[in-house]
Amino acid sequence: MEAVNLKKDNLIIANKKFNSRLIVGTGKYKTMSECAKAIKLSGAEIVTVAVRRVNISDKNKPLLMDYIDPKKITYLPNTAGCFNSKEALRTLRLAREIGGWKLVKLEVLGDKRNLFPDMIETLKSTEVLAKEGFSVMVYCTDDPLMAKRLENSGADAIMPLAAPIGSGLGIQNKINIQIIRKQTKLPLIIDAGLGQASDATIAMELGCDGVLVNTAIAKAKKPFEMALAFKNAVIAGRQSYKSGRIDKILMGNPSSPSKGII
Amino acid sequence: MKKIKKIKIKINGKIKSIIQGSNLSMVLKNLKIPLNKVAIELNEEIINKKKINKIKLNKNDKIEIVHFIGGG
Repeated sequence: MEAVNLKKDNLIIANKKFNSRLIVGTGKYKTMSECAKAIKLSGAEIVTVAVRRVNISDKNKPLLMDYIDPKKITYLPNTAGCFNSKEALRTLRLAREIGGWKLVKLEVLGDKRNLFPDMIETLKSTEVLAKEGFSVMVYCTDDPLMAKRLENSGADAIMPLAAPIGSGLGIQNKINIQIIRKQTKLPLIIDAGLGQASDATIAMELGCDGVLVNTAIAKAKKPFEMALAFKNAVIAGRQSYKSGRIDKILMGNPSSPSKGII
Repeated sequence: MKKIKKIKIKINGKIKSIIQGSNLSMVLKNLKIPLNKVAIELNEEIINKKKINKIKLNKNDKIEIVHFIGGG
């Protein structure tokens, strides 16, 4: 019997190959060293990072790049905190200037409480960024029509939310995720709202190409153990998806043969 | 002795006094900014880091210096 070979089952985003299908955020950790260790344990090869002002009054403040080597781990600059296209474009153009980052995560929020993405501004920004040569991974609602429009605007990955950012609610609308899966060949990555490892497994079993997790690991009581749990959960979910699940039936179907019963 | 003239500029939202005639490179050097880890904007325009020693600063200029921090 041929085993499902996950070694050759790479995640490909904008022509770049990755072994791990887990992308992790670098926010909300207690310390930089805790963050770096959790990332290592998660096996993630891509990490999201935010663009912020340098603290000019405290020059000895530790820098993220001193803990996570951008030559070994792919930095995915995000636009967290941007509420319109102008701010998002400014942020990502700056991110590119830091040292050539073209693979970026676009996230244009529309509401400060629920943190839902503003899809009109997101769509506008995607078009501009694609034209400027960025590879854009787009945080979006789980609306199949919007996902299609993003794809047509030059997105390199579709990243619908499972639930609001940081909510830990897990995937709320499996049907929409499955519809988006069916319609797109682009990498489909669940971004935001996962709470525990099994949520990642479910995402992968729905056919997603990867998941992006931050809060669920960083704010777990034991972040290192949770990082490892997410790593395993993503592998398990992918393997399960590739193995082809059985059909669902309403009534029971015995696992032991009925022939030869005494 | 000629008195050194100073001008006020804004760096990352904070007002700073610098010597009149300073260029961007001198100011960044004084702040010990690691150039390979940051991006710089002058009056909302991105600056090519290779050209910072040719950029003279003027009164009320606004400089933004950003880098990567932890984020989701």
